[in-house]
Amino acid sequence: MFRAGLVACLAGLLIFLALPVLAIFVEASPGELLASLKDPAARDALWLSAQVTAVAVAIIVTVGTPAAWLLATRRFRGRSALVTLLELPLVVPPAVAGVGLLAAFGPAGLLGGAGPDLVLETAGVVVALVFVASPFYVRQAQAAFAALDPTWLEASRTSGASEARTFARVAVPVALPGLGTGLALAWGRALGEFGATLMFAGSFRGTTQTAPLAIYERFATDFTSALALSAVLIALSASILVTVKLLPGRPDALL
Amino acid sequence: MRHALAALAAAGALASCGGGGDEPLKVTAASSLKVALTEYASDGVALAFAGSDQLAAQIRQGARPDVFVAANEKLPADLHAEGLTQPPVRIASNRIVLAVSAGTSAVRSPEDLARDGVRIAVAARGVPAGDYAQRVLDSLPRAGANVRSREPDVSGVVGKLLQRAVDAGFVYATDVRASRGGLREIALPPRLAPDVRYAAVVVRDSPRARAFVDGLRGAPALRAAGFGPP
Repeated sequence: MFRAGLVACLAGLLIFLALPVLAIFVEASPGELLASLKDPAARDALWLSAQVTAVAVAIIVTVGTPAAWLLATRRFRGRSALVTLLELPLVVPPAVAGVGLLAAFGPAGLLGGAGPDLVLETAGVVVALVFVASPFYVRQAQAAFAALDPTWLEASRTSGASEARTFARVAVPVALPGLGTGLALAWGRALGEFGATLMFAGSFRGTTQTAPLAIYERFATDFTSALALSAVLIALSASILVTVKLLPGRPDALL
Repeated sequence: MRHALAALAAAGALASCGGGGDEPLKVTAASSLKVALTEYASDGVALAFAGSDQLAAQIRQGARPDVFVAANEKLPADLHAEGLTQPPVRIASNRIVLAVSAGTSAVRSPEDLARDGVRIAVAARGVPAGDYAQRVLDSLPRAGANVRSREPDVSGVVGKLLQRAVDAGFVYATDVRASRGGLREIALPPRLAPDVRYAAVVVRDSPRARAFVDGLRGAPALRAAGFGPP
């Protein structure tokens, strides 16, 4: 009886989660989906999404990897408070992120519009993506570094390698599967970003209108086109997920 | 486990039949009606606001609010023609205006919209406020090139203006009034100002839904918020 209950729960969950995804491909025919992807505005949105997510993920990895290494290998006062602060964007609603970014970097915000123009600019989209997606990477990278066998690092150090060399030649290569998982999670989150982008960067074709914003705009005017863009995002997200699952030597504990 | 499941089922049954008599009247309405309808609605009315086009699309996708109020007459008329609603009722008029954040001076007249570097926010095409704005922009040479954001509803334009993310935007006269001094209106020449009329439709027919729509026509709450007569 207990076992049947477990199976029923799993089956229910599976159907509930899979149905909306399947419906996107069933509601419109493949021909219709392909035809609406010929719309230049839809292509602009997909191309912009590809560019801004790539730049955002590059920034996250470049800055996040050393930061995660520091958090994973050092013990200092206030460390757990710092980790919690860095993880906060994970649970903050995107609309709150948008308001926060405006309040900080907006023309009427804390910095009084000092620095480069971000609001309504493509750079602003990247900033929003980095804000919401970086914790996904840093968290995973930190776990990957913390899981490294300390004797390897010790061996590297006693054989005369500098700290930087140990990081670059031992820690990063060994932690690579975990870092890859973090990268994929951050990329997936960035690809789906909607609220913070809309509030902070606005929505304009070719400049700030990413694929999720284009889907929202099309919901009212052209549902088939919204389905088509959604189908592309599902395909992209699914391939990110599958790539991560196929990464060699991925420790199962991490995903 | 069996008991737990039974309890869960019982709770679900209770929740679904409980409160049958005082189920709230569901009203979906254009974002620009937020202040007025919140004032007008009595207890037992649940309000949801978004761009009129989004709300109409929801109804086409099978959503069934009791009442839908749009910032134009076209969307309700289309829904009625598609057999999804009762006939539309004209409830109020409004004005589309050029607005700037109070205390800014980048834009002082409609002609300034064409100047280099001026940033304009409008609602997206298909959203009533966006379509009205587009008509004004079409008659102002070169201003269209300065549009930097097309927001999903007019609230988005108001937000961008208040945050000074843009220099100017097209919103309703009622939005300027509701901003309590945050926004300043710049007059549009009458020849540029499009006719803005709001219409309501009963989606799920009931005496309460009809009464809600009938009461809206020229309601004091709408006048107080700055709407004109239907």
